[in-house]
Amino acid sequence: MAELRFSNLSKQFEGSARPALAAVDASIASGEFIALLGPSGCGKTTLLRLTAGFEKPSAGRISLGGEVMADETHFVPAEAREIGIVFQSYALWPHKTVAQNVSFPLEVRRVSRAERDRRVAEALALTGLRDFAARMPAQLSGGQRQRVALARCLVFEPRAMLLDEPLANLDLALRSSMQEVFRAFHRRIGATMLYVTHDQGEALALADRIAVMESGRIRQFAAPEVLYREPADCFVAGFVGDGAVIPVRATGESMPDGTIIEVLGQRHAVRARCAAPSHVSIRPENVVIRDSGPLRGRVVGQTYLGGRFRLQVELGGETLVAYATRRARLGEALGLSIEDAWAFHDPESETLMARALAHA
Amino acid sequence: MSVTLAHKGSSRSTDRLLLLVLLPVALISLGPVVRLLLEGVGVGSGLTTAHLTSVLTQDSTRTALLHSLVTAAGGTVISVLVGASFAFLVALTDVRAKAALVFCLMVPMMIPPQITALAWMQVTGPSSVLLKMLGLAPPLGSPQPLHSPAGIILLLGLQHASLVFLTLRAGLRMLPAELVEAARMSGAGPWRVWSQIVLPLSLPALIAGAAMAFVTALGNFGIPAMLGIPARYSTLPTLIYQRLTGLGPSVLSEVAVLSLLIAAVAILGVLASRLMLRRGGYGLVGFSGTPLALSLGRARAPVEVALWLFLAAILVLPLAALLATSLIPAYGVPLRLDTVTAKAWIEALFTQPVTRRAYANSLFLALAAALTLMAFSLPLAWLMERRPTVLSRALDALIDLPYALPGVVLSIACILAFMRVPFTELSLYGTIWIILLAYLARFFVVMLRPIQSSLAQLDPAMEEAAASVGAHLITRLRAIVLPLAAPSAAAGAILVFLTAVNELTVSALLWSSGTETLGVVIFNLEDSGETVMASALAMSIVCLIVALMAAVQAGARHFPKGIIPWQS
Ligand SMILES: Nc1ncnc2c1ncn2[C@@H]1O[C@H](COP(=O)(O)OP(=O)(O)OP(=O)(O)O)[C@@H](O)[C@H]1O
Ligand SMILES: [Mg+2]
Repeated sequence: MAELRFSNLSKQFEGSARPALAAVDASIASGEFIALLGPSGCGKTTLLRLTAGFEKPSAGRISLGGEVMADETHFVPAEAREIGIVFQSYALWPHKTVAQNVSFPLEVRRVSRAERDRRVAEALALTGLRDFAARMPAQLSGGQRQRVALARCLVFEPRAMLLDEPLANLDLALRSSMQEVFRAFHRRIGATMLYVTHDQGEALALADRIAVMESGRIRQFAAPEVLYREPADCFVAGFVGDGAVIPVRATGESMPDGTIIEVLGQRHAVRARCAAPSHVSIRPENVVIRDSGPLRGRVVGQTYLGGRFRLQVELGGETLVAYATRRARLGEALGLSIEDAWAFHDPESETLMARALAHA
Repeated sequence: MSVTLAHKGSSRSTDRLLLLVLLPVALISLGPVVRLLLEGVGVGSGLTTAHLTSVLTQDSTRTALLHSLVTAAGGTVISVLVGASFAFLVALTDVRAKAALVFCLMVPMMIPPQITALAWMQVTGPSSVLLKMLGLAPPLGSPQPLHSPAGIILLLGLQHASLVFLTLRAGLRMLPAELVEAARMSGAGPWRVWSQIVLPLSLPALIAGAAMAFVTALGNFGIPAMLGIPARYSTLPTLIYQRLTGLGPSVLSEVAVLSLLIAAVAILGVLASRLMLRRGGYGLVGFSGTPLALSLGRARAPVEVALWLFLAAILVLPLAALLATSLIPAYGVPLRLDTVTAKAWIEALFTQPVTRRAYANSLFLALAAALTLMAFSLPLAWLMERRPTVLSRALDALIDLPYALPGVVLSIACILAFMRVPFTELSLYGTIWIILLAYLARFFVVMLRPIQSSLAQLDPAMEEAAASVGAHLITRLRAIVLPLAAPSAAAGAILVFLTAVNELTVSALLWSSGTETLGVVIFNLEDSGETVMASALAMSIVCLIVALMAAVQAGARHFPKGIIPWQS
């Protein structure tokens, strides 16, 4: 399993105004499980198809294990890359049985008959498909088809595996059991995996690291808990996890591991890595409901999540999200304090500000 | 710049495929047509328009042109009446046994025109075996009523009714059911719905179908040859045939002009219909798909009886007459229990060298055409679908031409192109290969379209999945695309086979002794008075065709929608 690296990777489709990928830089260690997360149309599939070799980059380079897969002068076609892909539509060959689907990659590689049979049986066992070897794809359920696609991919031991929303067509129960399959499977074979999803729960649950994408760029590439606790910008803070993102005024006073900011009319100590943050991300667990709290808010909405309530609390024109153990009344006034929030500097806040000034 | 370099490097195998497939196809299918156009402006004889003016001012040309226009227009009227009635009744009402009705209406389209003509001649006229059996035969010496413009018009009309039917039915299926439902909700009865809603909205399809019937009738050779030549009534295709068979290749430039004249009329016909369509088009909004089933009420049974009686008249009657003629020992002998004999069948199928040779030739040509076209069409359709280029798009648009142009036009074009193969001393004229090349050019589109439609329905991820597991282009085509497109390729191949095996128009001009096709032999047998044997041979071909159609029908489940012409 090899290291996968994108440098300055761009893709501009003919006839479309915006680039589908704009100067993506990322490097993925061998054996890592990476999730690509982002809203529809942000370029996840494009990045995957470039990696697989179905599309050519407009600029930049893709390399795998130090070997250039695509750049200005080289292009290794998909069939020579040894990168497996599991399609959202599964793309099982309808004229081949499950076993024939799985053995095709080995036939292409001229693996001997006996060896082929052994490896196909192994792959089918690993995906729990032993009893379905002789079936046609049309005779399988959605989850079983998904597993055939997986078996077909892992049977030839690819250098990296790409999965494009592999669970999008499955129902919720099946999704969580398939997530289990993927995790166990990744532990077992330790392949480098690039997993596209727009379900953040799936990404947070499965991945070692998550690349959050937005309009062709990677906004942040970090471990799930880092994304959640220390989002790099407003987009990531809003897209991943619950809570509020509020503009702040920096005071310039620093603290160990943080700084003092002014928000909601009060000064707060927050975690931060820069001296002059522009925004704060306040997660529900950063909001503590306490009568003695320095802030006063009004409950404007609540949802029961099972075991706890999610409250929307309005104060000073902003809406915070908090968890409560008991039901609140709409309109009820609560005392709040903010603890352990994360403040960051959003690079776009300046351009927004500059634009606003220019218009004024 | 560097990116385009990378492109070139990696798609080398696609480029090679492009060269191997696209160029030969373009050369064979379009080369002859281009050659014919050049001939028209006198390229062979030093850029003169002398031929053009001399041929166009001849009286015989004008008469033939007039006859062509009259018969094609008259035939179109009949085709529209028959085809539209069937289409409206089958697509809109609750008549029963629609599939059987459609199949029977399609048989005349698949039976070659010269056999249609031969069969009908056995229904009418003084020596009709069938009429004699029934004691209805007109007195000996009275003329064959079909040897007349009216006869030609009638048979052209029946032969091409199914074209109007198919186009109109396809159009009717696109009709949003809501439009009809809205009209009924407003209180309109079935008749009013038809005349004020359905008819105006389906007019474009009707016009398109009529244009197709007109162009096909214009190019028809079998019917005017069988019925018109004895009556000294020439149309443009028969005039070309008579010139060329009478005077040989020396009149090539002259007949080239004649064939360009037909092509021009055909193109004018199509353009006229396009013009009408442009004026009469409506943007249809809404969901189609719910089949309409306007209730005919108490009229249903009589309507059904009328439809079946009509089909019996145009299908069973002539075929029964043909069969009757094929079972008598000699022309003129009445068919009775003591005279019935299979002599002509045995003679035609086993004894006569010429008919056996024709069977062998036609089967060889049809099979070779079907297989060659299949071999080329699969990669070509793949290229057009997955790697479209300017070249492949152009070919896609032009490849209809050899099929849409009247057959004589293509024959003349092929003679011109292959009389002396460019850059060699080789001549294909008079060999079976020129017929094969003409068939390849003519039927390419018959094979290509079904494969194209099935590839269009094929998820590209199927092939990408194969590429990602390491399969190269050729492996992908062989292991994934070929098996998945095979049913449509098979359907296309059978269609090519069916059309080629009883083809007459093209081979009539290209055959020579030894390379007769079935179509030619039937024509020649009838021409030399061997009507009984011609009937036996024709009947055997009809059996072959119906059996093949039934085989396709039986496999219909396996073919993608819209591939079998008599189903959709
Ligand atoms: N073949 C193409 N030609 C032109 N534009 C394309 C093509 N494929 C993708 N795009 C555009 O590139 C952008 C990124 O598309 P992509 O399919 O990568 O999105 P995605 O992140 O996978 O979205 P989703 O979550 O909806 O699958 C979109 O704006 C899309 O319209
Ligand atoms: Mg996608």
